[in-house]
Amino acid sequence: MSATQTPAPPRASGLPTWLLGLGPLLLILAAIGAFAALGGPGLGDRHGPPAEELVVERTVLKPGTIALTVRNDGPDAVAIAQAQVNDAFVQFTGPDSPIGRLKSAVVTVRAPWIEGEAYEVVLLTSTGGTIAHEIAVAVETPENDAGFFGLMALLGVYVGVIPIALGMLWLPWLRSVPPAALRGIMALTIGLLTFLAIDATLEGFELAGEGAQSFGGAALVPVGAVVAFLLLSGVTSWLMQRRRAAEAAGASGATLALMVAVGIGLHNLGEGVAIGAAYAGGALALGAFLVVGFAIHNTTEGLAVVAPIAHLRPSLRRLALLGLIAGAPAVLGAWIGAAAFNASLAAFLFGFGAGAIAQVIVQLAPSLRDEDGRLLHPLAVTGLLAGMALMLATGLLVSV
Amino acid sequence: MDGVPGIGAGQIEPGGHTVYEFDALPAGLHLYHCHVRPLAEHIAKGLYGAFIVDPAEGRAEADELVMVMNGFDTNFDRANELYAANTIPFAYMHTPIAVQRDTPIRVYLVNVLEYDLINSFHLHGNLFDYYPTGTGSRPSELTDTVMLCQGQRGILEWRFPHAGRFMFHAHQSEFTELGWQGFFEVSG
Repeated sequence: MSATQTPAPPRASGLPTWLLGLGPLLLILAAIGAFAALGGPGLGDRHGPPAEELVVERTVLKPGTIALTVRNDGPDAVAIAQAQVNDAFVQFTGPDSPIGRLKSAVVTVRAPWIEGEAYEVVLLTSTGGTIAHEIAVAVETPENDAGFFGLMALLGVYVGVIPIALGMLWLPWLRSVPPAALRGIMALTIGLLTFLAIDATLEGFELAGEGAQSFGGAALVPVGAVVAFLLLSGVTSWLMQRRRAAEAAGASGATLALMVAVGIGLHNLGEGVAIGAAYAGGALALGAFLVVGFAIHNTTEGLAVVAPIAHLRPSLRRLALLGLIAGAPAVLGAWIGAAAFNASLAAFLFGFGAGAIAQVIVQLAPSLRDEDGRLLHPLAVTGLLAGMALMLATGLLVSV
Repeated sequence: MDGVPGIGAGQIEPGGHTVYEFDALPAGLHLYHCHVRPLAEHIAKGLYGAFIVDPAEGRAEADELVMVMNGFDTNFDRANELYAANTIPFAYMHTPIAVQRDTPIRVYLVNVLEYDLINSFHLHGNLFDYYPTGTGSRPSELTDTVMLCQGQRGILEWRFPHAGRFMFHAHQSEFTELGWQGFFEVSG
């Protein structure tokens, strides 16, 4: 290295440090204020007609009416002048004043829709622009009453809580397998999680495309993932630090199991949202086949929760808690998805789930190392691929 | 009478004007429209209209109305969002056309609708005499429905024997529901 260390230059002025830090900020504020007060000098008048963009965030079908919750996703206010259903003007009620940027409104059109048929609702704006919204299969939107929330809770228990609890029953067997086999099972677990992370990311991107782009659009997915990854990394290191003093051995296994449960729980929150929204939208047939499919699919998640604690003797209460952390968010997700679905929020949640899983994978990876310290030894690779294949195969049963 | 290339002013720039002289022959119902390219877009945006050449001996007394059937493409996808007779969708639904019972009615009907292949006029509960292009003195048909392609036109004549509300509309149901419908309010 030829570079020489240069000492920090002496401060040029005698001004205090806080003023040097604050000065530019105040100048920026003053400049923005002056720019706004002068009405953007030099920019002239607006160029071109208003750009109108509306996103339909929610569709509620009641007998004789279709209500669309629309959000203004463009830079200009949008006034809705007329509404069409299947190429015919219809009577409607909507906002009296134009919908401002990022504001939302409910437009209710009168249409004697028939269950099972397809409809296209077109909103004609005051400038003649059209916003089209397709309803692929018309079905009455369920009422958000206690019975409905109960049904969603039951659905969440069926697809989240019970399968994971069943999967955790592999714990006694895991205890009796030799270390090499356990490494293979850990690899299988990581394979399962990898598939879940990829699946959640792609589903998040799909949902982000449907939501208002002003809220971040596709960026919400990676942002959610990074936020989850950093949050969980922080929580993990805090937990590790706390436990290191108490119990040297085994603690990392218990923490790992908790983090895996949290990661899978966040994933199931997103899965619950997707299921709830699909049910509310009529796109989900609540058949026994679907529930069985989810049970098989999510049972593997129970295995992932208990694999890190195979060498420990956790209490039943603790195991139940882990199971609930991993599975119960599906219930919450189903409620959110069915009652207050928002594509942007769902996209963020899916990204969040994917980030949580990625963090868990990073945590679990060291447990794959064999006696020679190799990470991707043949057994590990086999396990990883088998895990992904298992998820892909069981996923075929539950495409929502 | 269509223009002949090379004769006349050709394209009139914005703010410019010209006088085009021609013999108003034959008597009948005609129309005019802009011929600047792109033609379909120009016509769709509304530069057209009807003009009537009366025969030298005149026409019989009647309650007369001009109906230019048109539509508007408001989102520029080369398909119409709105359909009407005389530009404003549903206008004659909100304000029916007031006529008297047993009075001769004469409608000068012109179709200039762009983007759709045909248009039509249908009258409820009554039949009318139809004079294609309005050039003949004998009706070609006694009917309640006529179909016209773009630029086609004709004169409709009838009397309402009964009082009441009689609907008229395009008999393409889609056009009807997108604005092309109205009422005659017959009194007396």
